[in-house]
Order: sequence, then structure tokens, then C-alpha cells
Amino acid sequence: MPRPIQSIQRAAQVMHLLSGRARRLSLVELSAQMGLPKGTVFGILRTLQQVGFVEKDPDSAKYQLGAALLHLGSTYLDGNELRSRALNWADSLAARSNETVRIGTLHDGRVLVVHHVFRPDDSYQVLQVGSLLPLHATALGKALLAASPYVLSELDGEELTRFTARTITDVKQLTVALKEVKRRGWAADIGELVDGEGSVAAPITDRSERTVGSIAISGPIERLCESELPRSDLVAYVRESARAISRDLGAIPW
Amino acid sequence: MTGAYVASIDQGSASSRCMLFDRRGRLVSVAQKEHRQLFPRPGWVEQDAEEILGNVLQVVPDALEKAELKLADLVALGIANQRETTVVWDRDSGRPIYNAISWQDTRTDKIVNRLAAEGGKDRFRAKTGLPLTTYFSGPKIQWILDHVEGARDGAERGTVLFGTMDTWLIWKLTGRHVTDVTNASRTMLMDLRSLDWDDELLEAMKVPRAMLPEIHASSEPYGEAGAPLRGLPVAAALGDQQAALFGQTCFAAGEAKCTYGTGSFLLLNTGDRLVESTHGLLTTVGCRIAGEPPTYALEGSIAVTGALVQWLRDKLGLISSAAEIETLARTVEDSGGVYVVPAFSGLFAPHWRSDARGVIAGLTGYTTKGHLARAVLEATAWQTREVIDAMNSDAGTVLRVLKADGGMTADNLMMQLLADNLGVPVVRPIVAETVSLGAAYAAGLAVGFWPNVESLRANWHKAAEWLPRLDPETRERRFRKWKKAVARTLEWVDDDDE
Repeated sequence: MPRPIQSIQRAAQVMHLLSGRARRLSLVELSAQMGLPKGTVFGILRTLQQVGFVEKDPDSAKYQLGAALLHLGSTYLDGNELRSRALNWADSLAARSNETVRIGTLHDGRVLVVHHVFRPDDSYQVLQVGSLLPLHATALGKALLAASPYVLSELDGEELTRFTARTITDVKQLTVALKEVKRRGWAADIGELVDGEGSVAAPITDRSERTVGSIAISGPIERLCESELPRSDLVAYVRESARAISRDLGAIPW
Repeated sequence: MTGAYVASIDQGSASSRCMLFDRRGRLVSVAQKEHRQLFPRPGWVEQDAEEILGNVLQVVPDALEKAELKLADLVALGIANQRETTVVWDRDSGRPIYNAISWQDTRTDKIVNRLAAEGGKDRFRAKTGLPLTTYFSGPKIQWILDHVEGARDGAERGTVLFGTMDTWLIWKLTGRHVTDVTNASRTMLMDLRSLDWDDELLEAMKVPRAMLPEIHASSEPYGEAGAPLRGLPVAAALGDQQAALFGQTCFAAGEAKCTYGTGSFLLLNTGDRLVESTHGLLTTVGCRIAGEPPTYALEGSIAVTGALVQWLRDKLGLISSAAEIETLARTVEDSGGVYVVPAFSGLFAPHWRSDARGVIAGLTGYTTKGHLARAVLEATAWQTREVIDAMNSDAGTVLRVLKADGGMTADNLMMQLLADNLGVPVVRPIVAETVSLGAAYAAGLAVGFWPNVESLRANWHKAAEWLPRLDPETRERRFRKWKKAVARTLEWVDDDDE
């Protein structure tokens, strides 16, 4: 049997300690409990931080388990499951807003469309379930990205594809925009993927308050916006349906 | 008229729901309450009609409250109900003399077999459109009258009354003893042509005419409700599947819908033509709007569709939720030559073979659980295909598009397989709650909230559409294999089976 890799054993020990009662531990506490020099523990923590398994709380400077861990293991929500739970709410959003409705999940650095309700005007439309959209240029993607700092950190240093003159291609600028998304609880894309087209999205969360998907309406900017901003009635419809789906998934009602 | 909403009651086998719809047919509010199902003996299924009435009287105000509406905001109430379930009550006390006997209850098998022995299972088919089975109300009434003391005397004097759930609710709400043509068509007591109770049938089932409700149109103001829904016009009643046909706006001959749930119900509007099936389908009334002639329908039900997915989940444990079957089935390109025929308790329409049992055919060492999952979804598509072929052949029509609704339509792969295996587009409407919507439409029409059925068509919108992608040669080759798999289910049950 090959020898176990010591650094992985130590990393696992750090994660075990952080999942213990204390939840948050400082570098000093961790190195004391592990009986290792601070420098060694710091190296482990920095690597775990980079892959998203550990986060540093900016206020206390203590370490805690990272959001990326939640994406592993049994909490994974099947996209087909999400569609079946969201079906009635997505229909009702399309009927109220008179616009196309889509539900997306994170998939390999892009948005995977798992559900699509046609705009209720009986025009010719093609089902887009299964298609992939860019994270940074869609409301669906931004709503997901705002809840996934690890995925965002992976974009760092990368060239974000430009689709229109309005596409945000600078990661710093995107980070600022996402802070605003997180603060107000919804995201918008106004002509950032396709000229003249826009969308408004809100995150769908599960019982552990983890964002498992996002729901959006999309359509021409003239219908969606008033003086360059998404119409507040449409934003309210989108947020209400996201809340209703989240409630059905067992999220704490708010 | 000041109100802007129509209420509908979907009085189902397990629960009663109230839904409110606006003028554009959009769902505004839902409230639901489940009732107990009673199983006093194997094969017996009963419900408490008074409990159901109490639930109905509660879900209407609940739905109003959720949408912050008042009773005065409603223009009418429509009822869609579980079909065939039989209530018999005392006119003076207003109380049932026996629990409601559910459509699923099989206690009438002896009565039915006796009737069949005197002229075959299809002896009433020409008149009623139905074969002799335990589902229908007539024999259930006979059973109650034979088993409750004094019931038959009361029934003959007209102090003991019969009704399906629509009738029971309307009687309690408005005081009128009426039913609609669609519900009456499931009693096995009504002549489909005259739309009246038929003496020969009444005599055969030993049901006194005096206990029966008046048969009315499905969309017609029956009367105003008393407290606690005081003043609300009760203006529609339809059996649930007929309500779904109406809610899908299948108003013209040749239009069909299929509701996919645990089992599935396919109804084809045949217009003013009463089509007698030679393939074991049921002939039934689709709807009658007051002042207009009735529209007829052919009905084919598939016993095991969603139930097969549940079997994969609960009995085989291959998936942990019904929706996961799509994920599993998408791990493969096709079913790998595997066919699952879920003849769990025999084959129903169009085969009608009680000696059949389920098979999984075409297994090889190459088969994975993905293939099995895909074959399970395809089984629903192939069974639909068989019923549609039977309908096309009986009615002499060709179905051009299938309108699908029900919970299983969330499964996009199944919808695609349906389009592929039928060779016609499959569309899902934006309001999946077609049963409730149909009852609301019929009630709204009756009080002039909507001017005509054409205005309802304008409310129907496609939420999704799946186009056939399979080339016809492959489709027919696979269908041939499906038929071979079906042939392998036959003659499985032996007389001396343990």
C-alpha cells in the first residue's frame, strides 16, 4: 500500500476541526490544536482557501469552512428535480409578466438552462432546455455568481467574453456589480448578451440557504425597462416566484 | 357584474382544492385540503361525504383570503369532481346514509359479473358507451340500497337521494338536486343519445328513478349558494377528465388532451358524433353548454404511467425521486433495445387482457440502469401511442397535435419521447391545472363572464412544445418491438397460480 500523503491528512484534519463545535478558529488556535508550527498550518489554510474549502472571516480573521464544500456531497439538487418543483411557479411568472421564463443552474462555469416556459403569445419559440449561457452576461448567471464567490474567484485574471458594448468584461467591475446583486437580492442584464434584449433574475435557495438555481424573465428592453432600469413590478414578480420556489424547496420563509 | 374572478372546485379522490382564475385564465390563488380515504376491507374504498363538504366550504374562503379577495369578487363557482364516486343521502336529514363509495372500490364485482353473465360485458355499451366494470355508479347504488336498512323504500319514495360528488355538493350549496351530463354519463344509467335516465338500465341495476337527480348541461347556472358562500352562483359541473378536456380548450372535434399522472387519461373530442369504440375505449359526454347540443368524446385510460416511475423509485430503488428518472435516462442515447410493459394487473385499453403480467424484454449484458430508466419513460409514450392509434381508428380522425398536462409533463425527456414515438408535436399549456381551469371556464361562460368559447381559446398559450425528432423508419421499427414485448405479456396468469 502506498504511503498516505501527509499534507492531505493535515488538510483533512483542519477541515475536521473547522466542522467541530467552534466553527471558526484562528491560525493560533488551529496550530495549537494540531501541534504544528503556524507557518505549516498557514500554508495548508491558504491552499484550502484557494480551492474554496475554507474561508477567512474578514471581521474576526478566523477561518471557517467554505461555500465550495457545500457543492460537494449529498446536498446536490438535480436540475430535473428543480424543474418539477418549480413548474407551477414558473408558469405563473410567465403568465403574469407575459415574458419568457427560464431557470438556470451553475454548470462548469456557465449557466445550464434547466427549465424554459414560452412567452405566452403563441409566437414560434424553441425550447432552450439544456443550452448553456455565459455567467457574466446574463441575469441568471449573475444571480448565481453573486452567491458563489469561489466560482467568481476562478474567473479572476481571465478575459471575460464581450458580447455587446454593454457586456461587463472586467472582473473587478463584475465583482462590484455582484455585491449590489447580493445586497438587493436580484440581478439584471440590460443588453449585455444581446443588443436590445434584457433579463431580470432572482436566486432560488434550498433549506440550507444555499443558492441552487436562479429564475429569470427575459425580453426586449422596451418592455422590460423604464428609463433604462428594470420595471419594479416585473422585478417583484420575479422575486416572488423565486421565493415561492425556495419555500417549496424547504428554504426558511421570509 | 362587479366580480373579476371565477372560482373552481376540484373535488378529487384524495383532496379538495379551490382555485381562483382571472379573466385571462390566469391562476390567482390556490387552497387545498385533503380528506381521509377509508379502507374498511380489502378492495373497499370509502370517503366521508360530509368531511368533503366541510373541506369544500373551507377551501373557497381560504383561497379568497390568500389572494386578499372577498366573496363579492367572484362571479361564479364551477365544480370538477372525481367521477363515479357514489353518495346516497337522506333528503330530510341531509345526511348520507352510507359512506361515499369510491370509483376505485371493487365491492360491486359480483353485481357486475352477474349482469355480464346475462348478456356479456358489453351489453350496455351501445346505450352507455361503457363496459360492465366496477368503476361506474349504478351498481354501487344497488349495493347501498341492498345493504342499508330502509334505503330502497326511501329511494322509491324519493326521500333517499343519489348523487355523484357534483350533485352532493350542488344540493348542499343550492338545495337543487341536479347533475350534469358528463357525470351522468359515468353512472351507466343514462342513455348517451337521449341524455336521460333509461328505464331498461334502471331496471337492470335496480335503481329507482325517484332518487336520481335531474340531468342538466355542464355549463349552466344551477342556482345561488347559501351561507357561507351566500349569493355565489354555482354555474358548472363536469367530471374531472372532461373538465381537463375543456380547460385545454379542446372544443372542436379531433382535438385531444392527455393528463399524465399516476395513471393517464386521454380524451378525444368527437364533436356531435357518438363514436362507438371497437377497441375497448369508452364513449362519454365531453360537455354540454346550456342551449347547445352535447359534444361527445372517446376516452382511453392508461393504468400505469407515473406509477411505473414510482415503482422504479420505491420498489427497485434506482432513483430517489421521480424527477431523477430523467437524469438517469439521459445517461444513455436510447433504451438499448429494452422494453418495459407495465401490465401490473393486466393490459387495459386497447388490449383488455387480464391474463397479462408485466415484462422487461430485450435484456442483454449491455443493459444498464440508464437503459431501464429510458425504457420506463418510453413505456408511457408507447402506451399513449396505442390508445391514440385506437382512437384514430375508431373515430376515423388523425390526431395532429397532442395537448399534454399533469405532473409528469415536468419530465422534458418524457415529453420528447412522446413526440418522437407518436410522430406528432406535443404541447404543454401554460396553466397546467387544466381540471380546475375547465370548471372555471364552464362556470364563467354560464354567467357571461366570458362571451363564448372562442374567447377562451385566446387564453390558451403554449408553455412548451416538443417536435418529433425520430425518423419514421426508426419509430415504426421500435413500435414493432414494443408490440412484440406486449405479446410476451399475454397468457401469463394461469388458473392454478398461487
